[in-house]
Amino acid sequence: MNQILKKRVLTPVTKEIVVSAPHIARKAQPGQFVILRVTEEGERIPLTIADFDREAGTITLVYQEVGYTTRLLGKLEPNDCILDLAGPLGLPAELPEKGRVVAVGGGVGVAPLLPKCKELHRRGINLISIIGARSADLIILEEEMRACSDELHICTDDGSRGFKGFVSDKLKELLETSLKPEDIDEVIAIGPIPMMKATCAVTKEFGLKTWVSMNPIMVDGTGMCGACRVTVGGETKFACVDGPMFDGHLVDWDEAWRRANSYREQEQIANERCRCGGDH
Amino acid sequence: MALKKNRVEMPVQDPKERKSNFDEVALGYTEEMALEEASRCLNCKKPFCVDGCPVNVNIPGFIKLITEKKYQEAINVVKATNSLPAVCGRVCPQETQCESKCILGRRGEPVAIGRLERFVADWEMKHGEAEIPEIKPNGKKVAIVGAGPAGLTCAGDLARLGYEVTIFESLHEPGGVLIYGIPEFRLPKEIVRKEVDYVKRLGVKIETSFIVGRTMTVDELFENGFDAVFIGSGAGLPIFMNIPGENLNGVYSANEYLTRINLMKAYKFPEFDTPIVSGKKVAVVGAGNVAMDAVRCALRLGAEKAMIVYRRGREEMPARAEEIHHAEEEGVEFHLLTNPVRILGDENGWVKGMECIRMELGEPDASGRRRPVPVPGSEFVMDVDTVIMALGTRPNPILVQTTEGLDAHNWGGLITGDQRGRTTRPRVWAGGDAVTGAATVIQAMGAGKAAAKDIHEYLQSGSTDW
Repeated sequence: MNQILKKRVLTPVTKEIVVSAPHIARKAQPGQFVILRVTEEGERIPLTIADFDREAGTITLVYQEVGYTTRLLGKLEPNDCILDLAGPLGLPAELPEKGRVVAVGGGVGVAPLLPKCKELHRRGINLISIIGARSADLIILEEEMRACSDELHICTDDGSRGFKGFVSDKLKELLETSLKPEDIDEVIAIGPIPMMKATCAVTKEFGLKTWVSMNPIMVDGTGMCGACRVTVGGETKFACVDGPMFDGHLVDWDEAWRRANSYREQEQIANERCRCGGDH
Repeated sequence: MALKKNRVEMPVQDPKERKSNFDEVALGYTEEMALEEASRCLNCKKPFCVDGCPVNVNIPGFIKLITEKKYQEAINVVKATNSLPAVCGRVCPQETQCESKCILGRRGEPVAIGRLERFVADWEMKHGEAEIPEIKPNGKKVAIVGAGPAGLTCAGDLARLGYEVTIFESLHEPGGVLIYGIPEFRLPKEIVRKEVDYVKRLGVKIETSFIVGRTMTVDELFENGFDAVFIGSGAGLPIFMNIPGENLNGVYSANEYLTRINLMKAYKFPEFDTPIVSGKKVAVVGAGNVAMDAVRCALRLGAEKAMIVYRRGREEMPARAEEIHHAEEEGVEFHLLTNPVRILGDENGWVKGMECIRMELGEPDASGRRRPVPVPGSEFVMDVDTVIMALGTRPNPILVQTTEGLDAHNWGGLITGDQRGRTTRPRVWAGGDAVTGAATVIQAMGAGKAAAKDIHEYLQSGSTDW
């Protein structure tokens, strides 16, 4: 069960695994996620399904080793099994049938962006993609994104590759020059909270409908606990069952950022343990 | 022999000790205590206690066997109708069920039926291997949604009748609310695991991390060859108050708080990886069993002040008397006739206080309890750093949304025609909290049992009428 079939190192801190999960692969839709656990003492974390192959019965997960559990996951090799894997969870993304979409991905957010882009491409949508990272070596899934995009723009914060600056800056530049806002049906922006917030600020200015994918702290992922509460248009939503995709112009970003950092102290304690070898 | 008016006291851990550990509070009868208490039973010809039990355990029967020191036979009598006796002996509200009907209760204290049930269940766990009856497979398959009390009971009964039963559980561990909700100090998880193992030894398969409605729909279960489906998915959705400040850091649903502690073992962080932030001044809003569990967990996680905040009065508190008593012994404060109106945050967005309003009791409402009414101008701020909302739960809508022909009430409970648990969808039964909304373990077990009986009758009749 849940055996890792392939593993690829995308950047020094980002890995991609292909996992045998026939039930999940059979039902997965772009936008959905899984909850997994790596050890008997482990926590449950959500990861977006980056790709799926119904025939082969596999799903692809991409993760950045930012916390304790993603680091444990990073230690698993092909033939190892993921202890618990539940899904597919959340609502599938509502994607347009025709027209033009701009997809904006920051950092590891390109992974959850990819399945939507593939589906948009399959539907014949004109797709303009902007992907970015802190530096050139942290850009992920470039070839996969290029394959389904009509135009691909690369950005780095330090200018080591492509446009120097944030993806939101690049979007703004395009909207002020080559892209006409009235030709764009919607924008999908996925990445860290500050990146999604900044991108929404730009698209609001140009009156562009924008979908974002929230990735808050979760425990069960099925609507039971409410850890993933996010305020959207003044109402409390559960990202796990009402999302994870929401209208980015309605999200309370400051609250989301604050809630994402609820366990910062505990994360430091856990990370210290991981670095020292720990018991895992 | 003169009748003893009072029951034998249950030995408990000292409140001063126990409020800082997660070990079981009630320690259980010794053999001597059990014999003494069992001797109080009058072995009535017409045992009202049996009517008071949702699964009709032969109570005088098993108590008589205790007096004869035939403990294995006694537990077999209990298990004939109750597949989770070690659980029920600990968490059933006996005072409103079997014990409320005991004839001794008219003049003194009723027989401590729950404590005796626990005694024989624990005796078996200690002294022997639970006996597995001989089972003849009948070739039919039943799928059960949810490995909580309703599902485990339904599965156990059907397995004994020869059905090939598979339970699909969404979490990574079976047990439902017994695992994620009720804390270790009230129901040790080892007990739940042993009860689950017994159900597995009856031949029941349990698929964990499998969310019916997402991983596979009910329709797909039928396509995969199941002849019937029982839904025992519980009432897992937390209710919030919808007051300002509820999304501040430091506000939990009781579900999240208890799941982190019980299922994920956050009280052992960092030995276990899941963290919890439980403060020094914790307010739990609500006064049911879940609220008592949460507030007593808060004490054990180091709260200096652990408070129940409840809008009605003492008489109206829905928790079991024993839980309220234990909470009081441990030093929990009760702020009754008090209702939160908003939660206040500090500059970093963490809870720093809770504004409440005093309430008074007016005319009785639909529940028969006197309606709490705010006292104008009585607002005040409570000094708290953690708030836990324990206002009840609702059934998860996922099955209704994904199953053709399965109907629910507006509040989420599945519609069933009668006590047999038949839903609006042919060949789909339901029972427990998924039907009633949050209730008790034993009621869920009773529903699981009734459904098992009807599933058996239906499938054996070969009827296609619904």
